[in-house]
Amino acid sequence: MSLIEITEVRKSYGTNEVLKGINLDVAPGEVIAIIGKSGSGKSTLLRCINGLETITQGAISVAGAQLLDDEVHLKALRLKVGMIFQQFNLFPHLTVGGNVILSQTVVKKTAKAEADAMARKMLDRVGLGHKFDAYPDELSGGQQQRVAIARALAMQPIALLCDEITSALDPELVSEVLAVVRELAAEGMTLLMVTHEMKFARDVCSRVVFMHEGRVHEIGPPQEVFSSPKTPELQQFLGVH
Amino acid sequence: MIEFSTWDILRNLLLATRWTILLSLVSFVGGGAVGLLLLFLRISKRKMARAFAKYYIELFQGTPLLMQLFIAFFGLGLFGVDVPAWLAAGLALILWTASFLAEIWRGCVESIAKGQWEASASLGMGRLQQMRYVIFPQALKIAVPPTVGFSVQVVKGTALTSIIGFVELSKAGTVVTNATFQPFVVYGLVALIYFALCWPLSKSSQILERKLNVAHRNH
Ligand SMILES: Nc1ncnc2c1ncn2[C@@H]1O[C@H](COP(=O)(O)OP(=O)(O)O)[C@@H](O)[C@H]1O
Ligand SMILES: [Mg+2]
Repeated sequence: MSLIEITEVRKSYGTNEVLKGINLDVAPGEVIAIIGKSGSGKSTLLRCINGLETITQGAISVAGAQLLDDEVHLKALRLKVGMIFQQFNLFPHLTVGGNVILSQTVVKKTAKAEADAMARKMLDRVGLGHKFDAYPDELSGGQQQRVAIARALAMQPIALLCDEITSALDPELVSEVLAVVRELAAEGMTLLMVTHEMKFARDVCSRVVFMHEGRVHEIGPPQEVFSSPKTPELQQFLGVH
Repeated sequence: MIEFSTWDILRNLLLATRWTILLSLVSFVGGGAVGLLLLFLRISKRKMARAFAKYYIELFQGTPLLMQLFIAFFGLGLFGVDVPAWLAAGLALILWTASFLAEIWRGCVESIAKGQWEASASLGMGRLQQMRYVIFPQALKIAVPPTVGFSVQVVKGTALTSIIGFVELSKAGTVVTNATFQPFVVYGLVALIYFALCWPLSKSSQILERKLNVAHRNH
């Protein structure tokens, strides 16, 4: 049984077709790396899965929740998939704790004390329990991204979408974020991540998706994709890397 | 002929100032409420709502306040509605203020990074929840200085209502001048009173702006 089912998904901006019929099924606990050139549609695909973009054609479902363009269905879907962004997008007017508590109380109507306990637990999990009362702009980029992960985890999603979550970080801060993701993967979280960290993809991922011009151009286990790329496009992409 | 002391003049003007202040407050509070409504329409997902708010704002910003006052006062009269001056003055000023506040606030809301909308959406928040818990708290801080600054325009705008016969500070100035034949003294005092009302507002707007810039950037 697939957890995420992406069927013949197309997405156009005006006349520019960005996704040209994507098919991808993700099993529970799978960790999928999405690689490809800039502009190949990687972010658009993730954003479609989370309903941040409306798809032009096709279907997406996550654990039975269909992607439909109304608030009730979107909310049901978003409770199942969390998303982490390149730019962290923490709420700057709230403390770290406040960031992790807010959506629990507002969206899930969790009681304050319970949400507070959950926030502390998740912040501990990403190693930032001691920053509960700090404001986002007092943290390093790596710490902010870990808070963003804790914020998503506090909603207890069954899958996480990560869009180049280490690309905005100074090189020395990348590993602390990847360590958190690695742990999530080990605990069985289903992950779809757009990444440029090829070594990480090779070590951690169950499958690698190579996107090219809005299509899944090549897909397979990492050793296969990285060691014996079949298409010239992937060979070239890995060559320049 | 009766002699008027400067104190007599000032006393009469100050009594009329109460109406200027009251009209300003009503316009500002009422305009704020209508402006908030317009803001919601202006940033709504519905095309019709957005278009309505857009044209409303363009209409009220693109015509002189004086014409709006005339239309409220005389125009409604044509339909047999007898509009007292105070009502026409209040109504026109509220609608006019609303158009400017809505536009000021829209700018503030739109200055909030798109990522804030996306992050809150991805956490499952609905549109109203996003606004209430994520966007407005951030927009509010940016909005305070220009909003306070605009209140000065409202106070000065009330002067125009004298033309349709509402007796506030400016109208009182004319009345007192007609009785005393001392236009320079009278209008000089009128100007001073307006200044006393407006200066603290524009000054506090400046101070607020500086404070909010210096204060910890985001909270
Ligand atoms: N909001 C948008 N409006 C119009 N075109 C867009 C928009 N977002 C992305 N695109 C276009 O879609 C294509 C794919 O973008 P994206 O999914 O961000 O690629 P990637 O993440 O692989 O770099 C690009 O050509 C980009 O210009
Ligand atoms: Mg991208």
